Amino acid sequence: MDLHELTAAYALDALDAHETREYEAHLSQCERCRGELSALSESAAALAWAVDSPVPPAALRDRILAAAAAERTNVLTLPVRGQWLYRATAAVAAVAACAAVGLAVWATTLSHSVSRERTARAADARAVEILSDPASRRIPLDGGAGVVAVDPTGQGVLVVNRLPHAPSGKTYEAWVIPPGGAPKPAGLFSGGERTTIVRLERSVPRGSVIAATVERTGGVDAPTEAPILRARA
Amino acid sequence: MTGVTRELAHLSDEALVALAARSEQTALGELYDRYARPAYGLALRILRDESLAEDAVQEAFLALWRSAARFVPERGKASTWILTLVHRRAVDLVRREERRRADPLDDAHEPADLAGGADEEAWLRLQRERVQEALQKLPDQQREALELAYYGGFTQAELAERLGQPIGTIKSRMFAGLSRLRELLGDRGLETAWTSTS
Repeated sequence: MDLHELTAAYALDALDAHETREYEAHLSQCERCRGELSALSESAAALAWAVDSPVPPAALRDRILAAAAAERTNVLTLPVRGQWLYRATAAVAAVAACAAVGLAVWATTLSHSVSRERTARAADARAVEILSDPASRRIPLDGGAGVVAVDPTGQGVLVVNRLPHAPSGKTYEAWVIPPGGAPKPAGLFSGGERTTIVRLERSVPRGSVIAATVERTGGVDAPTEAPILRARA
Repeated sequence: MTGVTRELAHLSDEALVALAARSEQTALGELYDRYARPAYGLALRILRDESLAEDAVQEAFLALWRSAARFVPERGKASTWILTLVHRRAVDLVRREERRRADPLDDAHEPADLAGGADEEAWLRLQRERVQEALQKLPDQQREALELAYYGGFTQAELAERLGQPIGTIKSRMFAGLSRLRELLGDRGLETAWTSTS
């Protein structure tokens, strides 16, 4: 058996116990396989994102953290003494920790979100960028059916859970109402998805109201109906 | 606790693993908050049993906690490592329980209702669609091999028997499928997509 050929199966956990042991022994000797495995493992892990991901029971988190604490007696807790000091402490801890494993990724504090935004589908790339930007403000919709995220430059995304499909001949229209101003049209959308994501076509100044109404297909220049959704940014 | 966790939200996954290696429990909590949903979803897809799926996720995060110091960032992303740990635990359990099946799961779970979860919901949906689209572009035989192995928990020998193919063919399909998936999800494809819309 050529052990080089087992890399994909190993990445998919498709080897039996005996083959796994053999391959792992080979891996420690074979630089080529280690390189190939790291690439193929990433593809395999991508498959995890393709399935439905329901929220696990809240108790699971507590159970894991309690079990983790029980396993180590030297659990450290970072002190919280005001935001600034805390940040400094966390940064120092992170630098120390990263230096220990030869990393410098901590400096790109946004790398988590950057990698997320880069992997989004192109059409939604900007929406994901705004949603995953830790600097974005998140404003719950009145009634709690969704959220508006607004990044520091004022670009916004409206997210609504379980919005029914707009009636026949009708569309949803988003509005940005700047403080003291008239409603400005900010995009049309049809709903009907489990999660509706609307990239607002108009920037959202602080203090604006974001709203959505049901309008005739094609949209209108000024709202003619009472808002079905609203949030104050 | 939540205040601390929110502060850690600005650190990369890899920095959090490094903190976990130093027994920083809040770092483990933050990693859990980032990956609990795909982790639990994956375990549930493989095991089709909520309490077994919880066991798999718990064992995987405890394995992360124990071996965080041995994580080598040059070898791959922390998120890949975490999902690999979850997958391995789930496959171990499914083989032990012999409850694996290959038919599609009825995806009827309720989404989160909380306003704070809406952006996460959106993010997860976009990820799901992106990977599903890439999977649909694979030749049927490659997709079948990947799905049976990854979600079904079948070994390559079981796959060969089930599909009536020589084991060498199964190996080739898995290799070609993962390689093609990598191309479809890879940076080059994304850059093309970016420029075409901006």
